[in-house]
Amino acid sequence: MAAQAIRLFRKMDGLFAVYKPQGVHWKHVRDSIESNLLKGTLNSCPPPAPQLAVQFQLLSSGENSSSSKDLALSPTMVPTLADHPLVTGPQFHKVHVGVGHRLDAFSSGVLVLGVGKGNGVVKVCYILYDYTLEGEFGKATDNFTDTGRVIEKTTYNHVTQDKLERVLAMIQGANQKALITYSQVDLRTQEAYELAVRGLLYPLGKSPPILMGLRCIHFNPPHFSLEVQCVNETQKYLRKLIHEVGLELRTCAVCSGVRRTRDGPFKVENALTRQYWTADSIIQAIAHFHKTTRRIRKSGMYSLRQQLSALRMRR
Amino acid sequence: MHVCQRCVSLLLSRPLSAAGQQSTRALHQRSHLILLQHSTRQPPVHRLSQGHSRETWRHFTDHQAASPDVSNKTDLTQKEVVPLNSDVHQISSQVTLSDSQSIDLDVAVRASPLQEVSEEEAVQIQVPSALPPESSTLRPYVDKSETLSKLVQLGVNLWELEQRPNVGSMLVRLDFHADVAPRLLFLKDLGVEESKLGRLLTKNPFILTESLDNLEARVSYLKSKKFSKQSVAVMVTKAPYLLNFSVERLDNRLGFFQKQLGLSAEKTRDVVTRLPKLLCGSLEPIKENLKVCELEFGFRGNEMQHIVTTVPKVLIANKRKLTQIFDFIHNTMDVPHSLIAKFPQVLNAKFLRIRERHLFLEYLGRAQYQPSQPNYISLDRLVFLPDDVFCSEVALATLEDFERFQKTL
Repeated sequence: MAAQAIRLFRKMDGLFAVYKPQGVHWKHVRDSIESNLLKGTLNSCPPPAPQLAVQFQLLSSGENSSSSKDLALSPTMVPTLADHPLVTGPQFHKVHVGVGHRLDAFSSGVLVLGVGKGNGVVKVCYILYDYTLEGEFGKATDNFTDTGRVIEKTTYNHVTQDKLERVLAMIQGANQKALITYSQVDLRTQEAYELAVRGLLYPLGKSPPILMGLRCIHFNPPHFSLEVQCVNETQKYLRKLIHEVGLELRTCAVCSGVRRTRDGPFKVENALTRQYWTADSIIQAIAHFHKTTRRIRKSGMYSLRQQLSALRMRR
Repeated sequence: MHVCQRCVSLLLSRPLSAAGQQSTRALHQRSHLILLQHSTRQPPVHRLSQGHSRETWRHFTDHQAASPDVSNKTDLTQKEVVPLNSDVHQISSQVTLSDSQSIDLDVAVRASPLQEVSEEEAVQIQVPSALPPESSTLRPYVDKSETLSKLVQLGVNLWELEQRPNVGSMLVRLDFHADVAPRLLFLKDLGVEESKLGRLLTKNPFILTESLDNLEARVSYLKSKKFSKQSVAVMVTKAPYLLNFSVERLDNRLGFFQKQLGLSAEKTRDVVTRLPKLLCGSLEPIKENLKVCELEFGFRGNEMQHIVTTVPKVLIANKRKLTQIFDFIHNTMDVPHSLIAKFPQVLNAKFLRIRERHLFLEYLGRAQYQPSQPNYISLDRLVFLPDDVFCSEVALATLEDFERFQKTL
């Protein structure tokens, strides 16, 4: 019935997270999810019964119509073909699926998508984006990734974990200063000091990418990996960060992977992998995040306290 | 896309198939046709039957009286109360006389709408058809046109066809008995199943405008090249545009494949039956793909032949994707040419799938692709098993582990 399809369509409102594989443009992800939703639910509902049209049929059996004497016309209801699905086409052509914070083709990770009314909430700016950056010492390329054209090769024997940690601390210090500047508080006041101590400072309005947390998870030369918490970032900035870390250590480094592990309340555990990009799993995921979506819509921004408390727990 | 006015008028003028159905619409259309034929020459002469009342004659005479031909007036006014039959002939002769002198289009019989009319008259009154002269969809015409309704019953997707430019107008113009039915019978004789006809016509509606002689010539050409009747039917089903190509073109392509690939006639026939699209498309991308396989990948002649006979799709695959897959398999997974030639199906698989599975096996330490070593995993098992079977048998891990690993890539 058409009503069933319409009811399903109205139910599909909300946010869900998807794990974007590396090497795939985010638009392809969005398109394939849209077509899966259309195929799986809306256009698989049985079409409505064809409408009946009234036709007047002559009951007289004379060959020559002009000479027939008794002309009895009877109305009959005949189904029309004008409403056949092969003539009208599929009931639903489009489902509004929007992407919140894009990931470029080289990166992978959590990608939040909104369906229907969720599109209004999907672009809400969270503070916490967690990334895991994989790097490799010894080369420099033109686009900061390991697939680009190699420009320079260096040695990296002198690099130790201690030196790396020192460089990371220096970078984090610079970012803290930027954070204080862009949060537009005067640090000489008591309130600002207390906020800073509790770690509740955040940048207001437009700001360049600021790292709020940076640490080294894994060090196995030439490979190493960093965990970053940042705001207002682009993935290219993060790859450039790896390059700069290499420069600070008097060697060079390329980024071999950028993985977003968290986008606000959506973590890697909640993200759907490729085999689950079907209509049923998506609807389940939307239902699962229903409360979170409502909270985001009401507060206008994901609750600051929860995010920053999560930040503090990490440190 | 507009179904043009000319087509609509053609549609209206063509009487619907009898099928014993005497609906009033058919009557209207026949009288409409007559109207079209007559209106070009003379002022409309209504076909009046015997049951016509006398008042209209008086109206007619009054109108005639209003004409500038004063000489005829006196004759007409005298002839008021006369038997009807003779009346008709005389008045029509009067009309022709007046025609020769001057054509006055205002002198037309207009019956008053409030006059009582007999049943037969009521039935014969033509109602202007509600069909729009132009439309961007085929919906208004489906019920009225026999061709379109039969096509819908066959399973042709008219909605898809009307998106293509000019196809809708072409379909409305077709006559079922003259154009469509002979070609459908021809396809059925060829061996194409009825359930597949709908899809075939949706992909290629132009088969309905191709001349039957050409179609038969092409089929006989294919049969002369020793393609069996079944294989011809299969080829036409898989590649709907096949029979729209000329015999020279088909011949050219078959010759190219036989020469270039160096295959025997039997094998060429087999390859072409499995992938008849090869005969339809241009040869340039195929030549490029062959060059890529030979020069970039470094496959030898006999390996190439084996690959093409096993997986003909390699010839029309996307060059970039093919290169990506081959690069990964040969350089990252370290699989030699001979093994790839043995399992050419991997070149047809999705790159992401190969990549994820290989990295999972590498993480588990089970990535062994040499047949001589223990725990050997063949390439086709790597790629073509479904996920759960792959996890349980090849990787010896659970599906959840695989998913968790996918999220770390």
